Amino acid sequence: MNTFADTWDYLLDGSNWSGSDGMLHLLVQQLLLSITALGIAAAVGLPLALWLGHLGRGGFLAINISNVGRAVPTFALLAVFVVADWPGTAHLGPYGRAGLATLLALALFALPAIITNAYVAVREVPAELTQVADGMGMTGWQRFTRVELPIALPLVVSGVRLALVQVWATATIAALVAGPGLGRVITDGFAANYYGKGIAGAVVVAVVALGLEGTMALVQRAVRPGRGPLRNRERGMSAGPPRLGTAVEPLDR
Amino acid sequence: MTLLGAAAAADGPSCYSTTENRWVCWQYVVDRQQDIVDATQQHVEITVLALLLAMAIAFPLALVARRFPRLESSVLGVSTGIYTIPSLALFPLFLPFTGLTETTVVLGLALYALTILVRAMLDGLRSVPEEVRESATGLGYGPTRMLFLVELPLGLPVFAAGLRVASVSTVALTTVGVLVSYGGLGNLIQHGVARNFRAELFTASVICVLLALALDALIVLGQYLLTPWTRGVRL
Repeated sequence: MNTFADTWDYLLDGSNWSGSDGMLHLLVQQLLLSITALGIAAAVGLPLALWLGHLGRGGFLAINISNVGRAVPTFALLAVFVVADWPGTAHLGPYGRAGLATLLALALFALPAIITNAYVAVREVPAELTQVADGMGMTGWQRFTRVELPIALPLVVSGVRLALVQVWATATIAALVAGPGLGRVITDGFAANYYGKGIAGAVVVAVVALGLEGTMALVQRAVRPGRGPLRNRERGMSAGPPRLGTAVEPLDR
Repeated sequence: MTLLGAAAAADGPSCYSTTENRWVCWQYVVDRQQDIVDATQQHVEITVLALLLAMAIAFPLALVARRFPRLESSVLGVSTGIYTIPSLALFPLFLPFTGLTETTVVLGLALYALTILVRAMLDGLRSVPEEVRESATGLGYGPTRMLFLVELPLGLPVFAAGLRVASVSTVALTTVGVLVSYGGLGNLIQHGVARNFRAELFTASVICVLLALALDALIVLGQYLLTPWTRGVRL
């Protein structure tokens, strides 16, 4: 098999990158999709989860939403959206074919990581600190903005980081239902038995995924108060595979 | 669509035909029973093989990572990196080596499950209290007996939690194997999308979620049976 050579040639050929079907256009499209979906999910999920965490209510929902999200195949949900009367395969501005369906599915799959992490982050702010805040006569809002939020921030950001990884993966799978994005290069390559092309697409998708993950790691580092070495708790919630017990893990400081 | 038309003509009015395209359709399940059974079997086979392979690799890897703390961060770093790569992009990377086979899907899924399981095993081994280890040493337990008789049983609840996460996500991810034509129920979903066949796609999706729940329940049951000492404590 000359697949490796084919892959290399495909990646080096400039014409594969340019034009409306070129990889560059698809890459921008997928990035745009991912960031928009992440933005929607954060706009909906963060206020809700932070507020629930502040009140200390709704934990059952906030934690179990992650388990439900994991059991539903992204492919199945995308397929249902595309075949349904609404949103269907309609084009949506720069997001391309089935843009709305993809955007919705992406935002839905970004929500669990964002909600669970943000909720846990606020809940796990040490009780002594919140009690001190109350003792100093802070209002609920002051306690939230001055005490809970700064301490919770690194964990909240790691939830967003996890969501971004999830969104990027889901955006790639959108190609299986003829949606927009770079996954198209992979599925088209496979459909045409042109495996070099399929693998080239996979390489680009993987490299960008690692790049996004690295960028988010830097953001996470920037928001960490004190900037000391990564604490165990934060490492546990970083964008790796989901860890168990993180939601109920006692604080280690 | 000719296929659907023919079926409708033969059976008379039905909930799937050229004019009817319902999501929930028992007639479909009856007519295509064999398709559904085959796809489900393939799905279960791929999932179980991937999980077994992942466990077989994760166990020694976790032991090595625990023995050599310097290796631990690289093992965890690499696994985070793998986990970041979307499944649709991971399968093609195996293609030059394994071709369009079930092995490609099993290997890809095993790699994802592996990243979850290694962490779970490390956490599980770590969850054993130091006093318990000391007592075991005092009773004359060597490293091997300590591992198999003390640490593994006591770490079991944490491994089981990791296995639940890994198995539920493996069931869901198996559908993406449709890229190399081995996606189990994903094959039906793909076919349903291509033919705009709602009943097929919806039935396959529902079975997929049910499979995940069933496997999860099975692991919980296994854990319950294997760890009799935790029953009184559990909520």
